Amino acid sequence: MNQSFLDYYNLQPLFMAIHSALCSIMPEGLAIFLEGLVVAVLILIMYAVLAIILIYMERKVCAKFQCRIGPNRVGGKGGLLQVPADVLKILTKEIIELKNSDHFLYALAPFLVIMASILTFSCLPWNKGGEILHMNIGIFFVLAASSIGVLGILLAGWSSNSKYTIIGAVRSGAMIISYELSIGLTVLTMVMMSGTMDIQQIVASQADGWNIFKGHIVAIAAFIIFLIAGNAEANRGPFDLAEAEQELTAGYHTEYSGMHFGFFYLAEYLNLFITSGIATTLFLGGWMPFHIAGLDGFNAVMDYIPGVIWFVGKTFFIVFLLMWIRWTFPRLRIDQVLTLEWKYLMPASLLILLLMTVCKVFGLVF
Amino acid sequence: MSNFSEYIKGYTSGIKSLLIGMRTSMKVFCQKNVTEQYPENRHTTLHIPERHRGRLVMIHDAENHHHCIACGLCQMACPNGTIKVVSEMQEDEEGKKKKVLVKYEYNLGSCMFCQLCTNACPHNAIEFVNDFENAVFEKEKLVMTLNHEGSTLAK
Repeated sequence: MNQSFLDYYNLQPLFMAIHSALCSIMPEGLAIFLEGLVVAVLILIMYAVLAIILIYMERKVCAKFQCRIGPNRVGGKGGLLQVPADVLKILTKEIIELKNSDHFLYALAPFLVIMASILTFSCLPWNKGGEILHMNIGIFFVLAASSIGVLGILLAGWSSNSKYTIIGAVRSGAMIISYELSIGLTVLTMVMMSGTMDIQQIVASQADGWNIFKGHIVAIAAFIIFLIAGNAEANRGPFDLAEAEQELTAGYHTEYSGMHFGFFYLAEYLNLFITSGIATTLFLGGWMPFHIAGLDGFNAVMDYIPGVIWFVGKTFFIVFLLMWIRWTFPRLRIDQVLTLEWKYLMPASLLILLLMTVCKVFGLVF
Repeated sequence: MSNFSEYIKGYTSGIKSLLIGMRTSMKVFCQKNVTEQYPENRHTTLHIPERHRGRLVMIHDAENHHHCIACGLCQMACPNGTIKVVSEMQEDEEGKKKKVLVKYEYNLGSCMFCQLCTNACPHNAIEFVNDFENAVFEKEKLVMTLNHEGSTLAK
């Protein structure tokens, strides 16, 4: 199959040119340091902008699911400036130090949560050659880094020295650690299908068809389980019992204020984006354009759309799916959440792993 | 074995009910919004349900006639003492004495829109209208006289 289309928008040559230009005027160490700084600032800006877009989208989608309009006054038509205004407000709020809290851990917890989120965020494949953290065990790194977040949640709950926060944190810890099993097993399924753990190569292996089409029934089942478990990982949707307002005020971040609370809030929305991004990478072909075998004209048009648009578009599609789930189902109790994972999802994902092995061995995947 | 079949049954019925839930919420998603953009649509698309009780009025026809016979049933029906019917006895040509309405006072500030007065009225002389923008700065303005100037009982 002709894959030259993948090179139109390849960012690799551009980055190499910038790097060599910088190296010609300064030592390589300094050049790499400067590039690292620029990339870090870019990640943070992208992180903040995406969070604003996601919060706005959540409020609008939620409103539509309840036949409402949503934010519509601030910033002219459609309330576009509502979320930036909220951000400005939260930036000016005081960060309160509690008297009986463990001050060091209390201050550390939001940074752990946001660090885990940013680390996983950096692994997303935005475009060909557009990855930020690239390693041959990429997807493994994503699983490992996302687990740091639960540490931050547990620390936040414990160090706040309050009943609400500790109950929320323990619930969240039990839930996230359980659902990591399903995520791990479904990711393993797709790793087996692609034959690599490198995120860029997982995407590249889908050039001749997205995994969800190549793996047919097995991949679709894995996709659904990944979405459910990923939703639980992000503490959202029917699984938001860690911050169940009615019982626990706000769960593990009850005692936080100002930007420390903002970090938890940001991380929650970006974890939604990251879950969707990883799902896109594993199942919907990352930045690969949509192709229908045999329609060459259609395929050529699709190729001219840059990869980053494909990636962001597909990711937002999955974000919408997750919001649909969130605004449909009522919250589960902790015993129901754990029953769902240990009695239903985990056996199902083991079965899917087995089925995928059988399919792969007998060549039943395309 | 029955345990296992129950497990599978639970699985399928669970998935089915989840799908029904998602279908329902998607239907709602595609519906028209029920929210009104109030101050903007005040003169255009404002929709108030027909039976909304905004304010009590006395029905007057084109010749400035009303149907109130000053029986005072509405005044007695009102739980809040909102209505005050002032009447006087008049003698007509045949020498019959008859109660005639002088002033129908209605205090919007103490009305709770229960509609007991309109239900009590034997001649359907009063009714509630949709007019809901009743905010004023002084509470004296809330005391209204419902019978129009110079109106008389319809024959």
